[in-house]
Amino acid sequence: MDLSSALHLAIPELILAVSTLGILVYGALRGDKSAGTVAALCGVALIAAAFAAAFGGHGKVFNGSFIADGVALYAKVFIYIASALIIVLGRGYFERLNNNRFEFPILVVLATLGMSMMVSAGDLIALYVGLELQSLSLYILAAFRRDDAKGSEAGLKYFVLGALSSGLLLYGASLVYGFTGSMNFDAIAAAAQANPQVGLIFGLVFLISGLAFKVSAAPFHMWTPDVYEGAPTPVVAFFAGAPKFAALVLLARTLNDGFAGLHEQWSQVMLALATLSFIVGGLGGLMQKDIKRLLAYSSIANMGYALLAMATGTAQGVQALLLFMVLYTVDTLGFFSVQMALSRKGVAVTKIEELAGLSKVNVKLTIVITVLCLSVLGMPPFSGFWGKFFVFGAALDAGYWGFAVAGLVASVIGAFYYLRIIKLMWFDGDKGEIDKSPFEAKWIAYAAAAFSFPVAMVALAWLYPLAANAVKSFGLN
Amino acid sequence: MLAIAFYIMAAVTVLSGALVITARNPVHSVLFLILAFFSAAGLFVLMGAEFLAMLLVVVYVGAVAVLFLFVVMMLDVDFVKLRQGFANYLPIGAVVGVLLLTELIMIAIAIADRGAAAGQSPQVYGPEMSNIEAIGRVLYTDYVYLFQASGLVLLVAMIGAIVLTLQHRVHVKRQDIHTQVTRRRKNAVEIVQVKTGEGIKE
Repeated sequence: MDLSSALHLAIPELILAVSTLGILVYGALRGDKSAGTVAALCGVALIAAAFAAAFGGHGKVFNGSFIADGVALYAKVFIYIASALIIVLGRGYFERLNNNRFEFPILVVLATLGMSMMVSAGDLIALYVGLELQSLSLYILAAFRRDDAKGSEAGLKYFVLGALSSGLLLYGASLVYGFTGSMNFDAIAAAAQANPQVGLIFGLVFLISGLAFKVSAAPFHMWTPDVYEGAPTPVVAFFAGAPKFAALVLLARTLNDGFAGLHEQWSQVMLALATLSFIVGGLGGLMQKDIKRLLAYSSIANMGYALLAMATGTAQGVQALLLFMVLYTVDTLGFFSVQMALSRKGVAVTKIEELAGLSKVNVKLTIVITVLCLSVLGMPPFSGFWGKFFVFGAALDAGYWGFAVAGLVASVIGAFYYLRIIKLMWFDGDKGEIDKSPFEAKWIAYAAAAFSFPVAMVALAWLYPLAANAVKSFGLN
Repeated sequence: MLAIAFYIMAAVTVLSGALVITARNPVHSVLFLILAFFSAAGLFVLMGAEFLAMLLVVVYVGAVAVLFLFVVMMLDVDFVKLRQGFANYLPIGAVVGVLLLTELIMIAIAIADRGAAAGQSPQVYGPEMSNIEAIGRVLYTDYVYLFQASGLVLLVAMIGAIVLTLQHRVHVKRQDIHTQVTRRRKNAVEIVQVKTGEGIKE
C-alpha cells in the first residue's frame, strides 16, 4: 500500500504524535504556567484519537509492522479514554502538591502513543519500539516526584528491573529472528510451523518473560508492590490499567499471530505464569497494611485471570481477555481515585486500618469502596464477576479444569481481604473526620462504582458483541 | 595486502582488549578500549561493512567511551578497594567466564558451519551499491514508521532528563540579555548633589 493509505490507517497515532509535539513546544515556551492549558489540550488530543480509532479502517501497512484490526482498535479506544481520565486525575493531584509541571500530560500522551503502537505491532521491531516508548515514559512518570524519597526509589527500581526485562525480551527476539530469519509475525508463524526448533522455543520463552514483566505476572512481579507504594497515585492508577491492557493485547497478538503453531508450548508457559500469579497475588495480599500495596497484589492475581484466558488460544479466550481487562481497568481506576479522594488534615489515607469507621464520616465514598471491593472479589451482579465469568467459561471450554479451580481458590482468598476492608469501614470505630474530597477524584470514583453496578450490566450487552467482533480479526476458532 | 591489514588490526584489537582489563590505571583502560573499538571498526571496513564501522566509531568511541572516561575521572571510585575481594569472587567469576567462553566458541562454530540466519543469507543489493546507500534507500521508505517512532523514543529520553534533573533555583542570579541590552542610561544612573562632609544616604 502507498504512504497515504498507510497514514490514513494510522490517524489515531498521527493525531497523538503531531499534537503532542506541538503542545510540547507550547509548554516549553510558556513554562509551568501553562500546565492547565497543556493538560486540557492533551485530553482533547486523546479524545480526538479515540474517535479516530472508533471509526478507523482495517488493514496492514508499513511492510506489515503496523496492523489496524478489530482487536487493535478496540484496545486503542479504551486505552485513550483511560489515559484521558488519568490526565484529569493527575492535573488535580499535582496541583494540590504544588508540583505543577506541564510535562506530566505530555508524558502520559507519549506513553499512550507507545501503547497504541504496541497493540498495533505486526513485527518484532514495532513491538520493541512501542514497548520502549511506553516504558521510558512510565519510568519518568514513576519518578515524577523526584524530591520524594519513596517516589525516586520507585522510579529507580522500576527503571532497573524494566531495563533487565527489556534485555530478556531483546534476547528472545534475537533468537526468534535468528531461527526464523524474519521479524514479521506472519513469516515467523510460517517458519515456526515448518520447522519448530528448540532455539525458537527458547526465544519465545524469553519473549514471554519480558512481556510478563510488563504486566507484572508472577514470578516477574517483584517491582509491583514497591512501585505502587512509592509512585504518585494518579501515575499508579495509570500503570494498573492501560499499559497492562496494551501489553496483554500485544502478547495475545504475538502468540496467536506469530506462534499459532506452537500453542502447545506457549500455553504451558502461560498456565504456569497464571498459577504462580494466583498464588503470589492471593497469599501476598493477606499480609499487606498499605492500600496501594494491597492493590498491587490484587493486580498480580488479576493478571493471572487474564493470562489464563490467553492460554486457551481460542477466540473465546481472547474475547474474555478483552472484556476482563476493560472491566478490571474501570475497577482499579475507581479504587485509585477513591484513594486520592481520602485524606485527613491534608495527609493522604494510605493504611487500610485508617479506613475504619469511614461509613460514619462519609457514607458516599464508603458505598463506592464497598461496591468496588465486591466487584473486584467477583460478587455476582457486579462487573468483576462478569469478567471472571467469561475467563472461567473460556478456560473450562478449553479443558483447563484444574487451573480454573486454582483461579477460583485465589478469588476466595482475595475475598478475605476485600471483605475485611468492608467490615472495617462499616462496623469499626471511626478515626475522625476526613477532608473535603477533591472534585475530580470523587466523581471519577462515583462513575467507576456506578459502572461496576449497574451500568456494566447494560454496557456488557454492547461490549460483548463488540469484543466478539474484534476478535474475528485474529482468525481463531 | 588485505591479509596483512587484517592480521595487524586483529592483533591490535586482541592486544588492546587484553590491556583494557590488565592496565592498572583506569584511564589507560578506557583509552585502550577506544583503541580496541577503532581497530574493530577497521576490521568491519575490511569486511565491506563500512556503515557498521562508522557506527562503531561514532557511537562507541564518540559517546560510550567518552561517557566511561567521564565516569572514571569524575567519580571518586577507589579501585584499590574494589580489587580487595578478588580472591573471594574468583571461583564464581571463573565459572561465569568459562560458561561465556564456551557459549562464544559454540556460537562461532555454529556460524562458521551454517551462517548466522538459518538457511537464509542476508539480502545483497548488488556490488554497485554501498551499504550506506542501501540503508538510506529503505530507512525513509520501508521503515519510515519505525524510524519516526525511534525518534519519539529519543524525545522521551530528552524530556525525561530535563524533568528529572533540571531545577529552577530561586536565589541564583542569571544573565538576562534582553534587560541588559534594553537598559537605558536614565534608569541606571542618577546624578545627585553630594554635600561636603555628609556623604550619600540610602
